[in-house]
Amino acid sequence: MRLELRLAGEGGQGLITAGIILAEACAEYTDLNVVQTQSYGPESRGGASRADVIISSHEIDYPQVKKPDVLIVLAQEACDKYLPTVKDGGTVIIDTTYVKPVPEAQSQRVKVIEFPVSAKARELGREIVANIVALGLLVETTGIVPKDAVIAAILDRVPKGTEELNKQAFAAGVEAAKAL
Amino acid sequence: MIKNQARLLQGNEAVVEGAIAAGLKFFAGYPITPSTEIAEQCAAKLPAAGGTFIQMEDEIASMAAVCGASLAGAKSMTATSGPGFSLKQENLGFAVKGEIPCVVVNVQRVGPSTGMPTSPAQGDVMQARWGAHGDHEIVALCPSSVEEAFSLTVEAFNIAEEYRTPVILLMDEVIGHLREKVVLPSKEELVVKEREKPSVPQGEYKPFAMKQGNIPGVPPLAAYGEGYRFHVTGLTHGEDGFPTNNPAIAEKQLKRLNEKISSNKEALVKVEEFHLDDAEIVVFAYGATARSARKAVNDARAQGIKAGMLRPVTIWPFAEDALLKVKAKSPKAVIVAEMNLGQMVLPVKRVMGDSVPVVQVNKLAGQLIEPEEILSAVKEAI
Amino acid sequence: MALPVEKYLRVAKMPHIWCPGCGHGIVLQSIVRAIHELELDTEKTVIVSGIGCSARAPGYLNFDTLHTTHGRAIAFATGIKLAKPELNVIVITGDGDAAAIGGNHLIHAARRNLDLTVICFNNNIYGMTSGQYSPLTPQGSYATTSPYGMLENPFDLCNLVMGAGGTFAARSTTHHARQLTNIIKEAISHKGFAFVDALSQCPTYFGRRNKLRTPREMMKWFEDRAVPARNWDKMSPEEREGKFPVGVLTKTQAPELTEVYGQLIEQLQQRGGE
Repeated sequence: MRLELRLAGEGGQGLITAGIILAEACAEYTDLNVVQTQSYGPESRGGASRADVIISSHEIDYPQVKKPDVLIVLAQEACDKYLPTVKDGGTVIIDTTYVKPVPEAQSQRVKVIEFPVSAKARELGREIVANIVALGLLVETTGIVPKDAVIAAILDRVPKGTEELNKQAFAAGVEAAKAL
Repeated sequence: MIKNQARLLQGNEAVVEGAIAAGLKFFAGYPITPSTEIAEQCAAKLPAAGGTFIQMEDEIASMAAVCGASLAGAKSMTATSGPGFSLKQENLGFAVKGEIPCVVVNVQRVGPSTGMPTSPAQGDVMQARWGAHGDHEIVALCPSSVEEAFSLTVEAFNIAEEYRTPVILLMDEVIGHLREKVVLPSKEELVVKEREKPSVPQGEYKPFAMKQGNIPGVPPLAAYGEGYRFHVTGLTHGEDGFPTNNPAIAEKQLKRLNEKISSNKEALVKVEEFHLDDAEIVVFAYGATARSARKAVNDARAQGIKAGMLRPVTIWPFAEDALLKVKAKSPKAVIVAEMNLGQMVLPVKRVMGDSVPVVQVNKLAGQLIEPEEILSAVKEAI
Repeated sequence: MALPVEKYLRVAKMPHIWCPGCGHGIVLQSIVRAIHELELDTEKTVIVSGIGCSARAPGYLNFDTLHTTHGRAIAFATGIKLAKPELNVIVITGDGDAAAIGGNHLIHAARRNLDLTVICFNNNIYGMTSGQYSPLTPQGSYATTSPYGMLENPFDLCNLVMGAGGTFAARSTTHHARQLTNIIKEAISHKGFAFVDALSQCPTYFGRRNKLRTPREMMKWFEDRAVPARNWDKMSPEEREGKFPVGVLTKTQAPELTEVYGQLIEQLQQRGGE
């Protein structure tokens, strides 16, 4: 099993952090192998920012994501840029708060899941936890990383005092994926 | 939930973990992408480990400060990338000549000049070998995983201290920025070597003695402040460290300086042999490119092609013996895959001669070579 | 005070390479005398140099010594001092070394207030390469690379160091050998970055192109132009023309880098131990 995930949005939406949390969950709380990479430099300042995570039960040789199995996008530019990279039959999760519906040519090629990720985060209190809502969606949709591992990894990383909010955000993402 | 033994570490971060585990006590650096995380991590972690971090005014000063700190007895390191590596070369040569143990990390990016600062390349392979002026030997290690970024940093310090020489850790941006699951060895599992100290009385110490020390050609090194009152200069010097223009002494010293590395190749040169036993096609790849090569070899094997990989872990001195073993088995071709226009291909061709065709797979626009590109070269060669 | 020369000099390395009449021996003597009078521990004192005529001085000094690359002595010394703060680290540099190729290291070491003593053997010429102009060659002077007279403005290194935050800057000349010794003593004793501009004659490559053919003429030239620092402030710009102040020009106290860093290490290690 080798699963390639891509989390993309605008700089500041916290998707690189979300990617690192997911990778830390795999590395530190499961037997899964994992690598994480991200966009750097001009690419990561403004415009589309991207974190890639490869999760595998085997050794991971080639460490880069070419055609993600699953893409989650929180911004239109990121969607335009990365939707075509998703492999045929893959899944794309779009944040309908900021992303327009996927063009038909693409929606026939990939499975599309729509959810207002950022609006949900705002509803929980702070839009800054949209990345954690996204993580909940991604983890529930893919089903390969145990949720308690991800929660533990979230708690390792988030600032003191925000633990409950982040737990709620993650749960909201998980619930949304279950309902869809 | 209980954590396991593993951690998620970035390659650059693993270098710092490895360095501190090896006893790093001094780091001097200058910010440059994609190596900056190494300086940042040292700034954060070194003082708590009883060491000193300083951000110097430039790359040249960083290399100089590292030499000075090492002579004062501290295990020392600097980290940089392409343009900074160029700037360090003069003082790197000084470290070679003064036989000053130190580790120089170069996280390679696309050049020449400013190039593509956030994109990977392997364009400094020859600069690592010949960047400093004059005849000299150099040791350079090339990690292809985060785990190796740790273990080869420890190894780099061990070689530097044992052989009294600068050691280059020649990374690339892919490995420097890659986060990967790693299990770090415990303190007990780790082999950490220290430089050999002189055992002679103070007045008799010769810091550049011809025959002394545990390793042939490597004289013990005192630290400043220990009472030996010795002289170190970049001028060609005799056994006592003082300049000489005597051609006989100069020749002897320069030979010793080179031979302490070249005659210990067996101990210094490490390679990884992957499916080489029956390989008809051998891929020669190092650093991040070896990750792609490994997948290409696995994919080729899945398709019934007998492919293998030779990965030089030590990139300098050159893995000549391992290549001669490959040549002895008369493979159909050796494919040299590298993120440059072909810097290692000539050394490989020199060993293979006319008997084994050598094929190049190159990429220089800032992207890791893909496994498919190597696989198609394998298929073409079979 | 009689100077036990063999304690401080590597007499076996003599004769030195400096030309007849060169002032560097006088500066060297002042350094040795200062070290002797301060009773510095010779085993805890490191002398570092760059490249040039001045840079050969450490080879004659019986201490831990380091002859580095051109301009970089202060950067090497920074590593030594930070790695082993208990050492006395003295840098011997030339004017080309410190003001041209190594200018950046000079101003940053001053800014950091690192406890180094930097003594510039300032002969306002590149002697080792046979007489090219340096950033300290006076305007109008002749050198092999200023055959029509020096067109550029020279640096005042003491002002440069003061501007960069150095806490001690002083100047003297080989003509004022006793003052030079006292200044070097004060510089070594100073906690923080200390800079001494030691004017030294180069009759061979500077003097002979500038109508100062003998060491005597050159030292007279120093004597005529040197003004005690206490008088300097009272002089008008016209009176200062062609002259320079000698003596201690600035001496202030500020936190020193190795002390500050040592405190950080202590704090972090205590925190880690808790």
